[in-house]
Amino acid sequence: MTDITADFAPATAPAPTNYLNDGTTLWSWLTTTDHKRIGILYALSITFFFFIGGIAIGIVRLELLTPQADVVGAEAYNRLFSLHGIIMVWFFLVPSIPATLGNFLLPMMIGAPDVAFPRLNLLSWYLYVGGALFTVYVILAGGVDTGWTFYTPLSTNYATGHVAAAASGVFVAGFSTIATGVNFVATTHMLRAPGMTWFRLPLFVWAIYAVSLVMLLSTPVLAMTLLLIIAERVFGMPVFDPARGGDPVLFQHLFWFYSHPAVYIMILPAMGVASELFTCFARRRVFGYTFMVYSLLGIAVIGFMVWGHHMFVAGQSPLASLVFSFLSFIVAVPSAIKVFNWTATLYRGQITFEAPMLYAMGFLALFTLGGLTGLHLASVPLDIHLHDTYFVIAHFHFIMVGGTVSAFLGGIHFWWPKITGRMYPESWARFAAITMFLGFLTTFLPQYVMGYGGMPRRYQIYLPEFQIYHVMSSVGALILAVAYILPLLYLGWSLLHGRRAGDNPWGASGLEWQTSSPPPKENFHGTPRVEHAPYLYHEETTGPDVDRRVPSQAREERP
Amino acid sequence: MIGFSDIAQASQYATSVDIKFIVLTVLSGLVALLVFGLVIFFAMRYRRGSLASRAPLPNWMHRDLEIGWTAATAFTFLFIFWWMATAELGALTQPNTNFEIHVEAKQWMWKAEQPNGAREINEIHAPSHTDVRLVMTSHDVIHSLFLPALRLKQDVLPGRYTYLWFNADRDGTYSLMCTQFCGTDHARMIGKFIVLSPGEYARWSAAQPEADDIARQGAALFVSLGCAGCHASASRVHAPDLHGLYGSKVPLEGGDFATADEAYIRDCILLNKHIPAGYPAIMPRFKGTVTEAQITRLIAYIKSLSTALQGAS
Repeated sequence: MTDITADFAPATAPAPTNYLNDGTTLWSWLTTTDHKRIGILYALSITFFFFIGGIAIGIVRLELLTPQADVVGAEAYNRLFSLHGIIMVWFFLVPSIPATLGNFLLPMMIGAPDVAFPRLNLLSWYLYVGGALFTVYVILAGGVDTGWTFYTPLSTNYATGHVAAAASGVFVAGFSTIATGVNFVATTHMLRAPGMTWFRLPLFVWAIYAVSLVMLLSTPVLAMTLLLIIAERVFGMPVFDPARGGDPVLFQHLFWFYSHPAVYIMILPAMGVASELFTCFARRRVFGYTFMVYSLLGIAVIGFMVWGHHMFVAGQSPLASLVFSFLSFIVAVPSAIKVFNWTATLYRGQITFEAPMLYAMGFLALFTLGGLTGLHLASVPLDIHLHDTYFVIAHFHFIMVGGTVSAFLGGIHFWWPKITGRMYPESWARFAAITMFLGFLTTFLPQYVMGYGGMPRRYQIYLPEFQIYHVMSSVGALILAVAYILPLLYLGWSLLHGRRAGDNPWGASGLEWQTSSPPPKENFHGTPRVEHAPYLYHEETTGPDVDRRVPSQAREERP
Repeated sequence: MIGFSDIAQASQYATSVDIKFIVLTVLSGLVALLVFGLVIFFAMRYRRGSLASRAPLPNWMHRDLEIGWTAATAFTFLFIFWWMATAELGALTQPNTNFEIHVEAKQWMWKAEQPNGAREINEIHAPSHTDVRLVMTSHDVIHSLFLPALRLKQDVLPGRYTYLWFNADRDGTYSLMCTQFCGTDHARMIGKFIVLSPGEYARWSAAQPEADDIARQGAALFVSLGCAGCHASASRVHAPDLHGLYGSKVPLEGGDFATADEAYIRDCILLNKHIPAGYPAIMPRFKGTVTEAQITRLIAYIKSLSTALQGAS
């Protein structure tokens, strides 16, 4: 499919130069402007924060084994779930796929040597790490007990703890998101290789592009909202305090105007990853490529107009609730189209079940269940009952953990040979993927049940009839913990002992597979030229009767 | 076992919500089964090296299928929306009832006041087979009153009134919780929602201390706070007469109209906002000098002036 003008055979050199051995000091990593190294810096830091957030919720799940308070006090409990929410949303999920896989792959997939603004890219990472470390320090040292939602007037006038400091940390990290968004949009527009037209872009690139636009347009609203919180809390400027002419509901509008698109910031990249995985392991072009592109863009646009479905019981007007309910049903249509297209991609394929494919199938199942329960929550009469119960918790964990984390791990396994040059141990990875799927269902299916039964979220003590569900959920969380720690161990092991991967172990079709593994610093040995639409696993007019499964570069080589 | 949980149903509305939930869940379940069934079937039939045919897809599949399932999904979702929206609109109609319970939320307790003035903490008694309206406000942060047995929930805001209404049809003791995170003891801001038959309710409320009608207490406040000095019909100060005010359309300066509901009266008392057309802005602001409980009583009194009028005419 692609033709590389310079030679790309690293076999002649005993230790070919690649981005990993081109400077090995800590300093060379901390000052790198190579998008691949920055992707790895992000991967290491979000993993660190993921496990801190995980420990926090681990203690919460331990506490919830019994209906009484027995592990921590009320204040500590509130701080723990606030810590979990703030870290997982802003310091893990938002940067998860875009800043790691996106950073690493976006330039390679469009045939560019780097992102448009390499130094801005490094600055994003420093802003992220600075903001995240500061926030985590603040929460651990002083405590924040407002939940990740910072609802007013609780956060501005009543909560003890360092709300303003934590908000400033998130504010700083927000600029890292904005900078990454600017960078990716510019990269996609400016740096596509010759022949890489918009409709030859892989769906992962489309997803990252769409999500970058959402980041650019929504994150400034979060920044503004957090500044208003700080202004009210520190300087006493009455914006949200009703006793002085402010409006606490205004905060919710502003907050969800960012935070609902933020949900799409978390799930759109996962959809991109899943598309790459299904097409590769089914050996078929993605079914309905153009519909997939337009549904990504549709979700990104309509996703901005549904924030009010978080506020059906907040005291907004019934007319507003009706409109937001309608738009929430509309935004579900493109998501459904994507599910059908992934399913249809499998039709008449040559399917194999390596770990990335298992993760992708897990993603499909959990995303579908999470999406369908979204219909319940978009229905006003049902949401009035379900709002702020465990039903909501289960719903968004199905999307963000079942969906995004499954796709993230699937992507990490899929591109691991490209990133490190080594294969991961397949059996362990399959075991971890299946464990994660089962652990996830054990944790979150019971939460749907107790949510409908009337178990409110953010409760440390609860009615005894809910205990059985909480115990199941906590056992599931333990299984999930195992499924998250396992990859850390065997992927770490594979760095030293894994089988050498070769350039294209999956026989995949993307440009990133056309270069050596690990790639050289400048990604390609020469400028790639693109002559076909993506996912050319077999000719348009034939079925995949022959599964050649050889790197496509071998077929299409030219002088 | 309604839905998949043994949650109590204490009103017809609760039953109707449960039916909607079950139907939507079954519908979602069928869609999920279809998708999972296809994925599993394809995964087995088209596993690598199987003998199933991999002939190229017919052309119609690419376009028609795509348009077909997009349209089918959109219509299904629109239908569900229409169905749910109809129910929402139906539930919007407030009952015409004088049976109002005032609820005040504060960190971390629920205070309720029955129409006859009986006060409760973390308990709300209500008669069954009666249209009941809750008038709620918060003393501090945002809380949310959740009555799972009625499938009802409404945020309770500071500086504003929000409402819930219901007609419970099954006597019993149910739970009542705060579902909007409100600080340290959020999980302890729980209580009992007790539905009694009308007869039992009457016995219960008569046995409560302080059982003075809150509108009557409001009338006393109306005098002691000095309101009567201007607003009484005999007064020579040019101030609006409050008989028949509640629920009426008040013409404002500039040609607008305001509906005189609780929020309107509250703003008038506290902030001297919304001055009716033709009256000078001479009323003092009572913000900071009257308590939430006093406002509740004053509003109850002003409302009683309207109901008395309706009764007379």
